[in-house]
Amino acid sequence: MMFFEKFFGGLRGGVHPEGKKQLSAECPIRSVPLPQKLYVPLQQHIGAPAAPVVKVGERVLKGQLVAAAQGNVSAPVHAPTSGVVSALGDHVAPHPSGLPVPTLTIESDGQEEWVALAGIEQPLELAQEDIAARVAAAGIVGLGGATFPSALKLNLSRASGVQTLILNGGECEPYLTCDDRIMRERAAEIVEGIALIAKAVAAQEVLIGIEDNKPEAIATMQAAAQGSAIKVVAMPSMYPMGSEKQIIQVLTGKEIPAGGRPADIGVLVHNVATAWAVQQAIRYGRPLISRIVTLSGGAMRTPCNVEALIGTPVEELLTVAGGLVPPVARMVLGGPMMGQQFTDMRVPVVKGTSGVLALTASETGQAEASPCIRCSTCVRACPIGLLPLEMAAFIRVSDLASSVALGLKDCISCGSCSYVCPAHIPLVHYFNYAKGDLAAQERGKLKQEATKKLADARNERMARIERERAEAAAKRKAAREAKERAAKEAAEKAQQESSASESA
Amino acid sequence: MLIAIISLSILGAALGLFLGVAARRLAVEGNPLVAEIQDILPGSQCGQCGYPGCAGAAQALADGSAPITLCPPGGRAVVQLLAAKLGVEANLSDVEESVPKVAEVKEEICIGCTRCFKVCPTDAIMGAAQQLHSVFREACTACGKCEEVCPTESIKLQPIPVTVQSWYWQKPPMKEAA
Repeated sequence: MMFFEKFFGGLRGGVHPEGKKQLSAECPIRSVPLPQKLYVPLQQHIGAPAAPVVKVGERVLKGQLVAAAQGNVSAPVHAPTSGVVSALGDHVAPHPSGLPVPTLTIESDGQEEWVALAGIEQPLELAQEDIAARVAAAGIVGLGGATFPSALKLNLSRASGVQTLILNGGECEPYLTCDDRIMRERAAEIVEGIALIAKAVAAQEVLIGIEDNKPEAIATMQAAAQGSAIKVVAMPSMYPMGSEKQIIQVLTGKEIPAGGRPADIGVLVHNVATAWAVQQAIRYGRPLISRIVTLSGGAMRTPCNVEALIGTPVEELLTVAGGLVPPVARMVLGGPMMGQQFTDMRVPVVKGTSGVLALTASETGQAEASPCIRCSTCVRACPIGLLPLEMAAFIRVSDLASSVALGLKDCISCGSCSYVCPAHIPLVHYFNYAKGDLAAQERGKLKQEATKKLADARNERMARIERERAEAAAKRKAAREAKERAAKEAAEKAQQESSASESA
Repeated sequence: MLIAIISLSILGAALGLFLGVAARRLAVEGNPLVAEIQDILPGSQCGQCGYPGCAGAAQALADGSAPITLCPPGGRAVVQLLAAKLGVEANLSDVEESVPKVAEVKEEICIGCTRCFKVCPTDAIMGAAQQLHSVFREACTACGKCEEVCPTESIKLQPIPVTVQSWYWQKPPMKEAA
C-alpha cells in the first residue's frame, strides 16, 4: 500500500481538511428518546417521490409501509414507530432551498409495536432476485448520502456483471463518525450484509476500503471478516476519498470513463451502513426506519453519535447532545464539505442524513470573495482533473456550453476547489448553479417536445373532425338529392299515368 | 482544332442539359429552413408573437425579420434551439425576465362553460359542461388563449411554483473585482 501510495500519490488532487473526528469518534452509538411527532418526507431518495398508502387518522405499526415506490427509480417509506398518522402535508425539508415537501406526520403512541416481520433464518440461501426484491421492499437507499435506491443498483449491476464489490468505509468528510462507529459496533452484521450483496450480484472480489485515520474500525472489520473472502484495505486519509469515483480509483487502479458509471468497469460500490441495513432487512425483515447520525461541531455541547428514527426532528437530537453552545454560525446537515445548510430546527432526519453539525464562525471560514489570481491551486486540488477556475469564469459570463466542454458534467461537487481557493471564490457554488440551470434547460426542452406532440395531435384531430363533418354533410346532401329526384320521378310517373288513364 | 470545338460543344450541351433536368427534377419548393424552424416552434398557433400561427412566425424568422426571442410559450429552450439553427447569438436576458408560467383555474368562479378547453392548442385542459375544469401543468405552454375566452376570469396564467424538484442554486452574485 505504501508503495502504491508513493508511486501514484494515492489519489489525483484532493485536500486535507482538519479531520475533527476526535470530537465524536469515541462516543458509542446512543439511542434517542422516542419523539412525540415524527415527520417522514415522501421523498428521501433520488427519483420519484413515494405515494402514500395510508390515510390521515389511520393507526400504523412500526415498520408498516406508509408510502409505496412509484416508477422505476423510487423507494418505499415505512413508519418509524407505531402511532397515528396525524397529517399529510407540507413540512420543511432537509434541502438547501428550505422549501417544504409532502410529509407524513406520525404521532407516536409510545408502544413501539412492530408490524409482523418476515425474517429469514438462512439468508444466504436466497436467490439473487429475492435479495434485490427484499432490499427494494425495505426501502433501502445509499446511506452514504447519495440516497440512490440500492435495489436498483443491485439489479443493474447483476445485469451488467460485477467483478469487484467495494464497501465504502472511507468517511472522508471531516467531523462525521457515523460509519466509523457502525463498523466498530456492528461489524458482524455488516459482514453478513456484505455477503448478501456479494451474493446478489455474484461479485468475484470484495473489498472494504477504510481510511487509515480509523485504525479501530479497520481492526474490527478485519477480525469480523476473518475466514471470508472479504479483504479490508486501509486507504490514505484524504478528502474526497469516500467519493465513488475516487475509492474505485484507489482500490482497483481503474478510472470510470467520463460520463460513465462504476458498472461500466465492472465495479459496484455500497456504503458500509447500507450493508448493515441490507442485513437487517433480510435476516430480520426490518425495513429502513433508523440510521446512525453524528452530532458534532464546535458549537455542539457534547458531540456524539446517535441511532435516530427516520423523521426525528433535529431539535430532539440536539437535546441528546446537550444542546448548542452559542454563538452558532451555521447549522449543517451532512458533512461540512458537501452538506446542506439549514436554519429550521424542525427539519427531520431522513435516510441520507449522516450528520448534524453546529459550526462556529472560525470553523466555517467564510470570507468575502476576491478576484481570481489564476494561481491554479484549484486545478491541483480537483480530484477529477478539471479546471475549476476556467469553468467558473465561463459560468460567470453565462457561457455554460463552454464550461460543459471543459467537463462540468464530470464535476462531483466535492468542494475541494472552494476549500483551497485563496481568493475565497465560491467555485463549487458556480458549478452547482450551472448544473441546475442545465438540468432546467433540459426539462424545458423535454416539455417543449411533449407539448409539440400534443399540439400536432390536436391539429390532426381537428382536421379529421372537419373532414368527417364535410364528408357527412356531402353524404346527407347526396341522400337528400337522391330522395328529391326519386320523389320527382315518382310524381312525373304518376302524372304520366294519370294523363294516360284520362286519355283512355 | 475542329475536334476540340466539337468536343467542347458536346460537353457543354450535355452538362447544360444535365443541369437543366436536375434543376427541374430536384427542385425544392419553398425555403427548407422554414420547415425546420417550424419543427422547433411549439406548434400551438397561439399568435402571441404577432404572426399568423407558427408557420408565419417560422417564415419571419427565416427572413430574419423577427427576433429569435419572439415565442413566449417556447421559453428559453426554443430560443436556444433557434439560436443554434440560425447561427445567431442567443440573448437570453429578454426571455428570462418573464418567469415560466402555466394556466391555473380558480375553482370558486369556474362555471364549466368549456370555452377554454375548446381553444387549448395542446389539450392541456380537462373538463365537461357544468363541471370544474382543470389544467395539466406538464402540457400547458402558457399561450394564453384560454385566458382570452374565459368569461369569468377564472383561468389565469400563474408563475410555476418552485418545488424541491425544480429548485436549483442561484448564480453567485457578481460582486468581485475591486
